[in-house]
Amino acid sequence: MSETITTTTTVTKGRPEAIYETFERKSGKDKLTTHYCPGCGHGRAQKLVAEAISEMGLGDRTIFISPVGCSVFSYYYMNTGNVQAPHGRAPAVGTGLVRARPDSIVISYQGDGDLAAIGTAEIIHAANRGENMTVIFINNAIYGMTGGQMAPTTMVGQRTLTTPSGRNAATEGHPMRMAELIATLEAPVYVERVSCTDVKNIHKCRKAIRKGLQLQVERKGFSFIEILATCPTNWKKTPQDSIKWVQDVMEPYFKPGVYKDISATVQPLPRPEPKTDRKELEKILGLQSGKTVAKTTGKIGERRIKIAGFGGQGALTAGAMLATAGMNDGLQVTWLPSYGPEMRGGTANCSVVISDKRIGSPLVTQPNVLIAMNRPSLDAFEQEVAPGGIIMVNSSLIDRKVARTDVKAVYAPFTELAAGLGLKAAANAVAIGVFLAHEKSIDRERIYEVLRTSFKKKEAVETNIRAVDAGYEYKA
Amino acid sequence: MKLPAVEIKSNQCKGCGLCIDSCKPGVLSLSKAFNLLGYQYAEYKQSGCTGCEACYYACPEPGAISIHKEKKVQVQR
Ligand SMILES: Cc1ncc(C[n+]2csc(CCOP(=O)(O)OP(=O)(O)O)c2C)c(N)n1
Ligand code: SF4
Ligand code: SF4
Ligand code: SF4
Repeated sequence: MSETITTTTTVTKGRPEAIYETFERKSGKDKLTTHYCPGCGHGRAQKLVAEAISEMGLGDRTIFISPVGCSVFSYYYMNTGNVQAPHGRAPAVGTGLVRARPDSIVISYQGDGDLAAIGTAEIIHAANRGENMTVIFINNAIYGMTGGQMAPTTMVGQRTLTTPSGRNAATEGHPMRMAELIATLEAPVYVERVSCTDVKNIHKCRKAIRKGLQLQVERKGFSFIEILATCPTNWKKTPQDSIKWVQDVMEPYFKPGVYKDISATVQPLPRPEPKTDRKELEKILGLQSGKTVAKTTGKIGERRIKIAGFGGQGALTAGAMLATAGMNDGLQVTWLPSYGPEMRGGTANCSVVISDKRIGSPLVTQPNVLIAMNRPSLDAFEQEVAPGGIIMVNSSLIDRKVARTDVKAVYAPFTELAAGLGLKAAANAVAIGVFLAHEKSIDRERIYEVLRTSFKKKEAVETNIRAVDAGYEYKA
Repeated sequence: MKLPAVEIKSNQCKGCGLCIDSCKPGVLSLSKAFNLLGYQYAEYKQSGCTGCEACYYACPEPGAISIHKEKKVQVQR
């Protein structure tokens, strides 16, 4: 017969399991404390997040996204999956994560410069799509990491590095209430603002974080928890005065409270089925399977090509076609378009490198081949061509000869030849033909293949093929 | 030591004093000495802790404060 007896054991509340015991990723000797300043709100908030992850048993499923800002090094501390996102992009990165790994718990942890300034678009749209993620928004009314510049959440009158006489609403706008803003959207399930100040309010933070994570576990969708937090260093206040400042100055404007909660009525989101089948993906993306076996001899060295013309002449497309053809031929290729104000009339250009070895840089500063489709292009790039290189000139539009004597010049009326086929827009295909006639790096058949996949209409394919042939066969 | 009790790892403390403010019974104080990081650190007066955990949540450092408590458990024999 068994009897029940009551004994006592010792229990300890200490560092949450979801925070590493030692911070091996952190540089320097001290691997036991965080890099946060004394009294920093990040430390408290992150400890609460880690505690929730640990106690809810989510450590093995969680992906914590570190933002840019003082919490950029969260991956030193969080004993979870970690991703560090570019400034403001955490919700976009998170979107990828929740869709590709639907069983993960994704936490987008962001500061107010990160979320409410540079990342405004990402947060609004992730919220609007109702991505199944939990956003922890640390509102400390300033850019911490960079030394105390004004954030969108900076209080009116608050002195920062960039508002030395205090934020002026007339010139710098009003502090943005992100929780309220997000709550107006249809999709978010739960939006709350909490204030990480005294014991009572810290417990409210704790509860809100748990609720956000629980809703994600239940696939209920997007939750947003704004935490009013301190930055004693940049506020130039003691940790005690900082807490008081949150209470006296921030709270009356950024009122804590639940701004939206439809969690009781909302249905769980369907679990997306990520497609990981290679064959299927190749089909969706229109990719070929596996590596192409080189069809030409492949020993072409490295050809550095610049194609330039005015916007609409198809210089960029011609470059992309050449590069694609080279790639299909098993060669290494790069294609680098150059956009800019030139797109409106002057010169639009692209750089193409086709090589039988790995390519070091996609920049073409000294082309072996220049295809000049209009006069400004020839004027702009003639001097850059490497000695011994070749310049292909669209003589329909360029009324001068190549001045250089140390390069080979080829003249062909790209535009007239194309117009003769009834499609002026195919001047770029003529240019490709001229290129192929003088540069034996790619087989003409490879270009035909590219043309066949580039155009939907059969006539367009055929006219372009004829344009390539016209350029190829043209004799000056 | 009598439980409940708070344990503060002096070399993980940054001396912000937030735990001290949060402690209702007032059993925490700041040391005169400096720790390895160069901060004066929080110390327990060695009695009077109620185990309320307020200081634990007030502290921004993950490992600086631990609270030890007794818990009654029932075991089958
Ligand atoms: C694309 C880009 N722009 C600007 C910066 C510079 N930068 C680093 S942190 C930061 C602001 C961070 O402020 P906040 O998000 O409020 O975080 P806190 O440091 O206060 O936690 C800026 C502007 C950057 N790293 N990357
Ligand atoms: S600068 Fe401010 S936000 Fe950054 S670690 Fe220090 S106190 Fe925290
Ligand atoms: S647990 Fe409570 S009583 Fe004990 S030291 Fe911390 S705040 Fe004070
Ligand atoms: S709150 Fe933490 S870091 Fe601050 S004095 Fe107390 S133990 Fe030290």
